[in-house]
Amino acid sequence: MKGFGIHIEGLRKRYGEGDTAVDALKDVNMTVAPGEVVGLIGPSGSGKSTLLKCLGAVIEPTAGRMTLGAEVIFEDGWKIPDLRALRRDRIGFVFQAPYLIPFLDVTDNVALLPMLAGKPNGEARKRANELLEALDVGHRAKANPSQLSGGEQQRVAIARALANQPPVILADEPTAPLDSERALSVIRILNQMAQQYNTAIIVVTHDEKIIPTFKRIYHIRDGRTFEEDGEGKIL
Amino acid sequence: MISLAGRDILHSWSKFVLTGIGLGLLIGVTLTMAGVYRGMVEDAKALLNNSGADIWVVQQDTQGPYAESSSLRDDVYRALLAQPGVSRAANVTYLTMQVRLGNADVRAMVVGFEPGQPGEPGYLVAGRQITRSHYEAVADVKTGFQLDDTIRIRRHDYRVVGLTRRMVSSGGDPMVFIPLKDAQEAQFLKDNDAILNERARTTANPNLNRPGVPGLLDAILASQNANHNVNAVLVQIAPNADPDHVASEIRRWKHLQAFTRAQMEEILVSKLIATSAKQIGMFLVILAIVSAAIVAFIIYTMTLGKIREIAVLKLIGTRNRTIAGMILQQAMGLGLIGFMVGKTAATVWAPFFPKFVLLEPGDAVRGFIVVMAICALASTLAIRVALRVDPATAIGG
Repeated sequence: MKGFGIHIEGLRKRYGEGDTAVDALKDVNMTVAPGEVVGLIGPSGSGKSTLLKCLGAVIEPTAGRMTLGAEVIFEDGWKIPDLRALRRDRIGFVFQAPYLIPFLDVTDNVALLPMLAGKPNGEARKRANELLEALDVGHRAKANPSQLSGGEQQRVAIARALANQPPVILADEPTAPLDSERALSVIRILNQMAQQYNTAIIVVTHDEKIIPTFKRIYHIRDGRTFEEDGEGKIL
Repeated sequence: MISLAGRDILHSWSKFVLTGIGLGLLIGVTLTMAGVYRGMVEDAKALLNNSGADIWVVQQDTQGPYAESSSLRDDVYRALLAQPGVSRAANVTYLTMQVRLGNADVRAMVVGFEPGQPGEPGYLVAGRQITRSHYEAVADVKTGFQLDDTIRIRRHDYRVVGLTRRMVSSGGDPMVFIPLKDAQEAQFLKDNDAILNERARTTANPNLNRPGVPGLLDAILASQNANHNVNAVLVQIAPNADPDHVASEIRRWKHLQAFTRAQMEEILVSKLIATSAKQIGMFLVILAIVSAAIVAFIIYTMTLGKIREIAVLKLIGTRNRTIAGMILQQAMGLGLIGFMVGKTAATVWAPFFPKFVLLEPGDAVRGFIVVMAICALASTLAIRVALRVDPATAIGG
């Protein structure tokens, strides 16, 4: 371990109150180091999406502690006043579908994040083009998202997630719409990017094809996480 | 920072342009309606200006000759000329009727005037003024008559010897100028059967047909068939004379109604075309509401089509004001396209309207501001929807 990319302790999330209260997350513990890609696996209703929303600072956990890098971002409430800036600068998102902005070309889809962070357009586009080259879609820089194949779109989405060099990327079933070859290619790229940019990546997946590629996997069931090593042994 | 609204418009420009054209035609109709009202006011003012009068003298207790009918004896002008402050006075008649040219007829206001006196057409675009006492006419070009055309007014034919422009009634009907005597006859002329019946009736009346008074019956019959009435006397006042004072003196001493230019303009604009103005105002309000509803619906639908993208934008840290700005700019862009199309359309089709349509730059500026305000207002619904989008919807589950 090279220090904490993201560290979660005793994270809980309760929806509603009183008799109708539902504990979606009961006790979530997770650590992902910089440069590491871990899988998060669980059946429907196990709390995967709720965990992802908590990690993405979209909903507020009920209790627990979250540390991003060396900074505590949640402990009995958010410690960061501007969650929008937190999501923009320090968390990258890759979704099941690429959800690229259809009216921006590939470069600007990636450059949008640095621009939102206040970077000059030229610098943001330069950064975007570097990432697109690294992800082997540099030749489609001026294309519209609708002109790209599914795999290319997902690589652009990964480039967008990396655009502000966040310490953590949350990937929500990023290989779901892809065939085996492209799915494995996306995981290979995520591993490569994690190493190259020293980013902690959490991949939520159901995809049997890619599960064996993870060195570490977190299972989530009934709102609790269990860690498994790469050989299928629950730790 | 790139313009998200601009990129979205460029990406779906055909949808934007087509919608803008549709909206623009509606805005064009709105601008034209305003132009129709301006044209009516301008026609009314042109009518007053072209008459060359400072004071209109009409029958007592009437608001003639344009708003109400008025009848005066044609020798009244002599008494008016003797009034202090009066420089010139001339009889004039107005009669709106169908003037025939061949098998077609044109609705026109036939004006009877005395050549060289107030009421004469101020300028000609072709031909000459009337020089003969009878059966010559000067017509406004909007009648469609040409020089040397023979037109028929009642039972007589007139040769068009001159053409003038912007000589219209308050209702926008083009004017045809003929000699006063002809106009008096045309206005009050009875048909032959009616004349014969009237003569028989008078001859049979023992009070009018007295054998002991030779010449009485002939005199009565002659007076029955002659018309010495006019609709108004147009008065020009002497330099430095006060029109209000002169009009007041005419009202006091001649027992006639006299209107100054300001009073006549008030009658024409505030009374004669007031109902039409209200009608047009109602249309303008309805068109503004329809335009707002269309813009709101289009922007709302376009925003609903981008809910997922908006959720992603919010998730990755886009400010609410950036998203609201994008929607507002799109609505304003739509308004701008619409206004340009509307202004162009109104300018192109205005000359083809049968009545005068006056498109004033001031109305265009006011229209532009109103369109932009409506678009901004219409975008609020879509902005509300966009700002309510939960960024969590970008994440599955």
